[in-house]
Amino acid sequence: MGDKILVGTRKGLLILARDGGEWRIDSAHFEAIPVVYAMHDRRTGTLWASLDHGHWGGKLQRSHDGGASWQEVEAPKYPEGAKCPPDFTTPATTSYIWIIEPGGADEPNRLYVGTEPGGLFVSGDGGDSFQLNESLWNDPGNSQWFGGGRDYPGICAIQIDPRDSRRITVGISVGGVYVSEDGGKSWQVRNRGLYADYLPEHDAEVGQDPHIVLASPSNPDVLWQQNHCGIFRSSDAGRQWQDISDPEGPAGFGFALALDAQDENVAWVAPAVSAEYRVPVERALVICRSEDGGQSWQSLRKGLPQQHCYDLVFRHGLDAQGDSLAFGTTAGNFYVSDDRGDSWRCLVNNLAVVYSVRYM
Amino acid sequence: MAQVKFTPNLRRYFPDLCDCAVEAATVADIISAVNQRWTGLGDYIIDERGCLRKHVNIFVGDQLLKDKVALSDSVAAETRVIIVQALSGG
Repeated sequence: MGDKILVGTRKGLLILARDGGEWRIDSAHFEAIPVVYAMHDRRTGTLWASLDHGHWGGKLQRSHDGGASWQEVEAPKYPEGAKCPPDFTTPATTSYIWIIEPGGADEPNRLYVGTEPGGLFVSGDGGDSFQLNESLWNDPGNSQWFGGGRDYPGICAIQIDPRDSRRITVGISVGGVYVSEDGGKSWQVRNRGLYADYLPEHDAEVGQDPHIVLASPSNPDVLWQQNHCGIFRSSDAGRQWQDISDPEGPAGFGFALALDAQDENVAWVAPAVSAEYRVPVERALVICRSEDGGQSWQSLRKGLPQQHCYDLVFRHGLDAQGDSLAFGTTAGNFYVSDDRGDSWRCLVNNLAVVYSVRYM
Repeated sequence: MAQVKFTPNLRRYFPDLCDCAVEAATVADIISAVNQRWTGLGDYIIDERGCLRKHVNIFVGDQLLKDKVALSDSVAAETRVIIVQALSGG
């Protein structure tokens, strides 16, 4: 689709476009309705948006014409009898549709949706209907899942291996990383090497908090994760993680992460001061980039406010495409870079809280 | 027949929504009936367990709905039932 960006905000969806020149806001959708996540399914050209109506519940919308018109589809529903982890007393209902992810190129009608309270839903008919993935939902470790910042655990990351659509990687916040090698029939916990400083056992097998997990497009065995307790990388599909947080610099706590499509060693994060504070490090907005697999990090500040700044970047609020990067903040500011983050410019202020930023 | 009224805000999602008369013994019956007429409307009012959504109110006559879990409040003939959003959010 070229130069377009989908921006989900607390007050609606914006589509940004660039026709050779500068980015501009091309259209606005779902005015005043929180848009949790919006993405473009490159297989089909369909746009998807997750709405979180304050009053009327979470909804899914799709557009087959680039956003000219939208159609509501029935949102995923938990089966009768399902109860919320970790105590399994409260009936489970879809309280938040956190992420939408296309299946593999060889399965164009397959779609995955990650929800709170922890259910992964799968559609085999292009989103007309969804079924709960029961094997993950009933994983023996689910009594160790819990909500972090939300009432219940939620699936906030889904990655499909482009080499083999049966390999599915999900991130549960809070629970950890799970991988299926058989299309979702069975799941393995892959949290070794992570740590959780908020648990009695820091290296607990389950109970880790991946804020976001991404697989390198050029080598999907390489996973990166911005975790509650730092930044981690795995070169073996999550079987072993290495802490690659910067002990000297700001790259540590944060939410957002973006990867380079061509180079498995290049990633960007949007650091913040620890969980207790959640403000930019020294109140200065910074994006950190690693070009060596996380061995070192550069702080990229040119064009970003460096004092009295309170902008945070949520977990789906940063994205990269080629040399272009974009992120939106909790303070409603939107920044873009054309040089891989070396310099930034503010495209627009005064948006509502930005939840998601995704190139089309 | 219960006389059912909706907040005008729901017309954004169901443009042909209008006041209606429904044969119903309980509020749950009303939701079922209006969902038949406006497909998907029920999901805006109740969750998949049939519980009233947290930020939705239903008045039965001039009383707030009592049973928000099963919506079992009885509805007498000609009772006015009003479905509105709660005063919350921002």
